[in-house]
Amino acid sequence: MSLANWLISLMWVGLTCYVLLGGADFGGGFWDLVAGRAARGARQRWLVEESIGPVWEANHVWLIFVIVLCWSAFPAVFASVTSTMYIPLTLVALGIIARGAAFAFRKASTEFGLQRLFGAAFAASSVLTPFFLGAVAGGIASERVPIGIAKGDLVTSWWNPTSVFAGVLAVVVCAYLAAVYLCADARRAQAPDLVRGFRHRAIGSAVVAGALALGGIAVLHADAPALFAGLTSTGLPLVILSIVAGLGSMALLFMDRYVLARGSAAVAVTALLWGWAAAQYPLLLPPDTTIDAAAANPAVLRVVLVSTIVGALLLIPSLAWLFMLFQHSPAASEPPRR
Amino acid sequence: MAVNALHILAEAATPADLAAARTQMGLSLGWHIILACFGVGMPAITVFAEWRWLRTGDELYRTLAHRWAKAMGVLFAVGAVSGTILSFEMGVLWPGLMQTYGQVIGLPFTLEGFAFFIEAIFLGIYLYAWDRLPPRVHVLTGIPVCVAGVASAFFVVCANAWMNQPTGFDLENGRVVGVDPWGAMFNPATPPQTVHMIIAAFLVAGFGMAAVYGAAMLRGKRDRYHRLGFTIPFTFAAVIAPVQVFVGDWAAKFLATNQPAKLAAIEGVYRTEQGAPLHLGGIYSNGEMRYAIEIPNALSLLAHWNPRATIIGLAEYPPGDRPPVNIVHWSFQIMVVIGFALVALGCWCGIVAWRRRRLPTSRWFARAAVAGGIAAPIAVEAGWVTTEVGRQPWIVWGKLRVTDAVTPVPGLTVGLLVVGIVYLVLTIASVYVMRRLARTPLPVAPQEPSAEQERAG
Repeated sequence: MSLANWLISLMWVGLTCYVLLGGADFGGGFWDLVAGRAARGARQRWLVEESIGPVWEANHVWLIFVIVLCWSAFPAVFASVTSTMYIPLTLVALGIIARGAAFAFRKASTEFGLQRLFGAAFAASSVLTPFFLGAVAGGIASERVPIGIAKGDLVTSWWNPTSVFAGVLAVVVCAYLAAVYLCADARRAQAPDLVRGFRHRAIGSAVVAGALALGGIAVLHADAPALFAGLTSTGLPLVILSIVAGLGSMALLFMDRYVLARGSAAVAVTALLWGWAAAQYPLLLPPDTTIDAAAANPAVLRVVLVSTIVGALLLIPSLAWLFMLFQHSPAASEPPRR
Repeated sequence: MAVNALHILAEAATPADLAAARTQMGLSLGWHIILACFGVGMPAITVFAEWRWLRTGDELYRTLAHRWAKAMGVLFAVGAVSGTILSFEMGVLWPGLMQTYGQVIGLPFTLEGFAFFIEAIFLGIYLYAWDRLPPRVHVLTGIPVCVAGVASAFFVVCANAWMNQPTGFDLENGRVVGVDPWGAMFNPATPPQTVHMIIAAFLVAGFGMAAVYGAAMLRGKRDRYHRLGFTIPFTFAAVIAPVQVFVGDWAAKFLATNQPAKLAAIEGVYRTEQGAPLHLGGIYSNGEMRYAIEIPNALSLLAHWNPRATIIGLAEYPPGDRPPVNIVHWSFQIMVVIGFALVALGCWCGIVAWRRRRLPTSRWFARAAVAGGIAAPIAVEAGWVTTEVGRQPWIVWGKLRVTDAVTPVPGLTVGLLVVGIVYLVLTIASVYVMRRLARTPLPVAPQEPSAEQERAG
């Protein structure tokens, strides 16, 4: 495997972690948004806040990690994507600001009206941000971002059938992951009503994601034939794995095996991301920019690879401790009464 | 949407779009830098207070640490997301920079990514695990936050130092052919710039936190809680402030030998001269510094330790390569004046504390302390204006012009407007929430519901 292949693999690991962890935090915002009126939704909102509070900042750093690896290892690709995708990426950046700031502000404010205002900003931006990130991914996958500064169309590169499909899929996948994760959190908080609620939501969003994926076959077939061909050839094993794991997570939810369901849902989403990667390998910006051609100077690739490995030695135990600390002990506060 | 609007293609950036891109970057960076300063400085001060609690058992220290941690949680969240937008803007606004040089400055940013990870992970633990960890372990989880905060600042400023003093790469026909990532990271400007910025961050955090209690003193609150809340951060900052004078001098001397155009703009020197005077105040026009107080030979003395030393003037550079003088000159002077004023503020407190064994009680001192908390971030902003505008017209000094780095897409003015509105709202909300936190009457464990305390207050 070439150095560039190692680097793109690392980037994809980072992206996977971002989707599995950061994506679920966005999904938490989605469930916050649809939790209903203040009194009825209070318990759900409490659980969402309790679950993502200690970890969302660390989860968010995965995105920075991917961005920085991209500009270090594939600078021309970074410049091409950011310049062509200027509009959706600016919206993503603003969405990230609104989400994080509003979440922190809501926690720190005590007046009901303000909490509701910040809560609305948190929840709305939790839906818009993954949509636009998905739309960017869809634009890249459907060959709409040529190499070079602002060489693609500034609007149709992200407002097209594949992008809209990918954006909606991203929102649904985030919601699905969050609902599955929250089942176990709700059980730990000893709130059976929340367990039932999130189990319904998890199964419901899995069904929606599945239906969406079926519809997506038609969209990709018409709008992104090369991607479609890749997904049905080199990417096919991973696509099948994704479907099986997705169905498996639903079965596990029915059996009340929430921790296993988490694992299965994570496998389903991971397989989807790596299926996309396999489908367009060895291209980085289809139709013609390959990973190796877009790679930075070998000296840079080497030093970034080595420092990432060394950094991971610090990072992995720290992350493990963070999650263990908050997954293996009771919640810090009591849920609001029903 | 009109059909033709669906097919916007990029051409060259208009002057208005370039100005919008620069304003947007300046706004986002200038906003983030203040939050980043608190992120660097505040953990150390908070962990110190918690450590004092462990040593003395005095609950007041614990109360202070709790409250500072709660504020830190909000500031860090806003700092983290306002920093993220910068990494987007690097590509969205300056693809010409990232396409060519993204790889050259990739190393410090990769390392910064890990520092940010460690900071975010341990901050999550520090803020949320007060009751889940034994006190001794809890205070230790604050240490990685402090170290990673300083490391983040170091790595990011390394990249900025590289823009001022680009080294570690070979160019062939505008393409980067050989890269020495460590050479780029440890460029000559790295030592003075990083030290200068990290100290500045501690000054902003220390004087900023002290200002909150200075304001309380003005409202007549002088109990032990408020005195301690003032003394800890103020002492931190007051002790470091004089160090910054020497580091600043080091940074200026560095400019004199390494970036003479910037120094010439700072001082408004047009013609190269021996024994150049120092200009205080004044307005620069047509190659002359008017209405300034001149101190003969002082610039040569300060810049090279030699009153007869030669100072290179702007005339040595083609007109298209000269930075604008007045804004650089004035922002530098503002920074220096504030720096010395903060030293004086520290001395005031120090002399009273030494002679009378207590804090100054005068209202003027409390007012000055509040002003110091506002002035310190202004000095940081002024310093950034000096170094960034002083590098113009270059984005990578001597290698890449800002005009060649900016994105050619249309509509950047609209982007600026949207981003400006978002930052306005963000500023209002941040100030409001921080004021609420400062006024919460009774201590609560950080990040925990404070309904009872609210009712009690």
